Amino acid sequence: MDSTTALFANAIVAGLLLGGFYAAMSVGVSISFGMLDVVNIAHPAFILLGSYIAYTMNDRLGLDPIAVSVVLSPLFFVLGAGLYRVYYLCFEQRGQESLRGLAFFFGILFITEVMLVLVFGVDYRMSKTAYADTTWRLDALDFPMRLVVPFLVSMLMVVGLQLFLSHTFFGRAVLAVAQDPLALRLMGVNPIRVKERAFALSIATAGVAGAFLIVIQPVQPAIGREYIGLVFAVCVLGGMGSIWGTLLGAFVLGLAESFTSTFFGPSWAPAVSFGLLLATLAFRPAGLLGR
Amino acid sequence: MAGPLLEVRGVTKNFGGFNALEDIDFEVQPGERVGLIGPNGSGKSTLVNCICGSLRNDAGSIRFDGQEIGTQPAHRRIRLGLARSFQIPRPFASMSVLDNLRVPLLYAANARAQKKLSHGEVAAEALRILEQVGLAGKARDTSGGLTQVDMRKLELARAMASKPKLLISDEAMAGLSASEVDEILALLCGLKGLGVAVVMIEHVMRAVMKFSERLAVLVAGRKIADGDPQAVAGIPEVVKAYLGE
Amino acid sequence: MTNRVFAAVAFAVAIAFAAVTQLISNEYYFTAAYTVLQFVILATAWNILGGYTGYVNFGSAAFFAIGAYSSVVLYNAFKAPLPVMIVAGTLIAGLAGLGLGYLTLRLRGVFFAIASLALAVVLYTFVVNWDYVGGARGAYVLQPSEVPFGLPRYVHLLYIAMVLMSALALIVARTIETSTLGRGLAAIRDDELAAECSGVPTLRLKIVSASVSCALMGMAGTTFPYFLSYVEPSSAFNLSYAVNSIAMPLIGGMMSWVGPLIGAVLLGSVQQLVQVTISSAWNLLIVGVLLVAFVTLAPNGIMGWIDLWRRRGRG
Repeated sequence: MDSTTALFANAIVAGLLLGGFYAAMSVGVSISFGMLDVVNIAHPAFILLGSYIAYTMNDRLGLDPIAVSVVLSPLFFVLGAGLYRVYYLCFEQRGQESLRGLAFFFGILFITEVMLVLVFGVDYRMSKTAYADTTWRLDALDFPMRLVVPFLVSMLMVVGLQLFLSHTFFGRAVLAVAQDPLALRLMGVNPIRVKERAFALSIATAGVAGAFLIVIQPVQPAIGREYIGLVFAVCVLGGMGSIWGTLLGAFVLGLAESFTSTFFGPSWAPAVSFGLLLATLAFRPAGLLGR
Repeated sequence: MAGPLLEVRGVTKNFGGFNALEDIDFEVQPGERVGLIGPNGSGKSTLVNCICGSLRNDAGSIRFDGQEIGTQPAHRRIRLGLARSFQIPRPFASMSVLDNLRVPLLYAANARAQKKLSHGEVAAEALRILEQVGLAGKARDTSGGLTQVDMRKLELARAMASKPKLLISDEAMAGLSASEVDEILALLCGLKGLGVAVVMIEHVMRAVMKFSERLAVLVAGRKIADGDPQAVAGIPEVVKAYLGE
Repeated sequence: MTNRVFAAVAFAVAIAFAAVTQLISNEYYFTAAYTVLQFVILATAWNILGGYTGYVNFGSAAFFAIGAYSSVVLYNAFKAPLPVMIVAGTLIAGLAGLGLGYLTLRLRGVFFAIASLALAVVLYTFVVNWDYVGGARGAYVLQPSEVPFGLPRYVHLLYIAMVLMSALALIVARTIETSTLGRGLAAIRDDELAAECSGVPTLRLKIVSASVSCALMGMAGTTFPYFLSYVEPSSAFNLSYAVNSIAMPLIGGMMSWVGPLIGAVLLGSVQQLVQVTISSAWNLLIVGVLLVAFVTLAPNGIMGWIDLWRRRGRG
């Protein structure tokens, strides 16, 4: 392989690996925003919370961040259920979700960030894992393990969620809840309960994605905001509320960022998600797969 | 002006493969009172939404007052003199009842008028319309707190405030008591004197038969009858559609 | 009160505030007052789109920074005089608001909100990569050595400019509120479909509202480079602007121009005190907690309480 081809091929590999990680970050928003119509812009705050919890366990006890996050995901589930209950009582029930509900989540995002600053400071934190520094090589292609491991776990999680949502009664109830809550009530299902659990599930995925984040790169409280554009871009690109769509959107975004980093420099990468988001909203608001 | 006020020709609307409206022809003459009936889901509201611009028809033409309006945004159509009331009342909940009427007076009636009303005249006109519908006593109340029947009256008053040539009343009587139905009916009948054509979409047959000079029936996205109310009500297909509901 | 009388009163108050420069010598008070007034403008501007029209803008910091950085560019290019900076920054921020609004306001409201948040990130990235305005290192913008109108220090001039701009922002907000435009915006906020069906050209009004709102936010940022003498991306794009400009109207009350003013003066002053006594992180935490507390427990803000109290007094 000559060097340009190698550069190109490596950008594709890095983009796909990155995309797998983005899918984990965005799948929760696909559920909360896409399926439940709850615009949780605080989602990245929970990702960061997950990062810092994984970091603490890794730093103090030497535990693997990803394993910790999977074990602790019920905690995030409970946190999510509680948050949804407050949101429902204060905003959804009163029909005030569009303005005040948004401001509420913004406040939560902000408070979480400031709390993390107060506890951990503004320095970058990193995790230490056995695989983080190894890179698997195939010809000229690099497969850095710090990206491969999160990628594989992420694929397991996302595909698992898709199977769960499409093959269980609960999953079908989640898909129906935003469209036809009345029909659910007639079937004896409480739509509020369904939304609460589904929202809780979305927050649980944020906790796991947070562990991926700290394995992949150093983390600082303020970077949460940078991912808001990203997770919503993936979600909109994927056509909102479709998990396969989210996966596709995540790969598209991962590739776009990887190529931007390779050919224009990494400092431009954050602009990519916003550009794609705006372009999608302007030209294909129904998403890539939309009609 | 010669010719119909509203002329709907071959209007079709699909929702993802489901034909909500199929090749609908429908006319309203100036000042005419037309009843439009049909079972739930027959496409009545879709037709209203296409005529008023909340939805775009996929095929066919919609002409109002001599011009094609099918591609115009909703607010333009309202300004031409086409008004509607909503089935489920949608008041401007934070505003007073009087201020609810100011919106169409300022944005629709004034946009078309030769001589624009001043702010004082707008208030006076709003109050006059509220008197017509019997809401003058509640002019200062917040509209979000009105009773069901008052909300319906406000819906009609707000539609009337845009000074329409045609008013489409979408189930203004559903769920009201007999005496309340009579109140709303009297209100709609009163519009004849003002030269306003009215399309009444309704399930309350007693009111429709009393009101309509002509009756059209939609079933499953098609118009199956259109003509003299007594005659239409006797057509076996119509009877079947209604008894079958 | 007619708009003209209100404008006259507002400017009279502004001149009185400006005259204070002759009486007080401690520079700290002007710095503090400048900061509070900056929030008055941001909160008032945010409320034009947020409170009057019902659309959330998370990108206040971005529009503020547009104002600030357009001044940096004008300074670097030809040491433009202050009034030119103010007008240019206001216009550019307004155009940015127009563009963002045009692209996203035809969709559901949340998309505008998300896009505004993302805009802040992308503009930040852009500025960090733009060497002409100093990139990530920042740029020095030195205050002119000569101060016009015989004022003692340049900060006095900036304070007076801020006082006048605040008066202007309040006049614009109140004029919109009482006008036909304001009536249309309120209709959009209450029920967009019903507004469109009452003849309100909703898209056009939303875009106008977004442009005016963003222009005023930009205006608040135009004097910022001179105020600090040094601008870096992280100070111009500080999240505290975005949070405060949402928190202040929500806490004060969003239905009229008074709410954001009350919210900004209260919250702005508290932050000045806390900043001096404790630390800026705690400062932000207080704003965040107040925002969440008010939005969940007192959705109509302080003005909501006052209205309730007045109504009880009557009944």
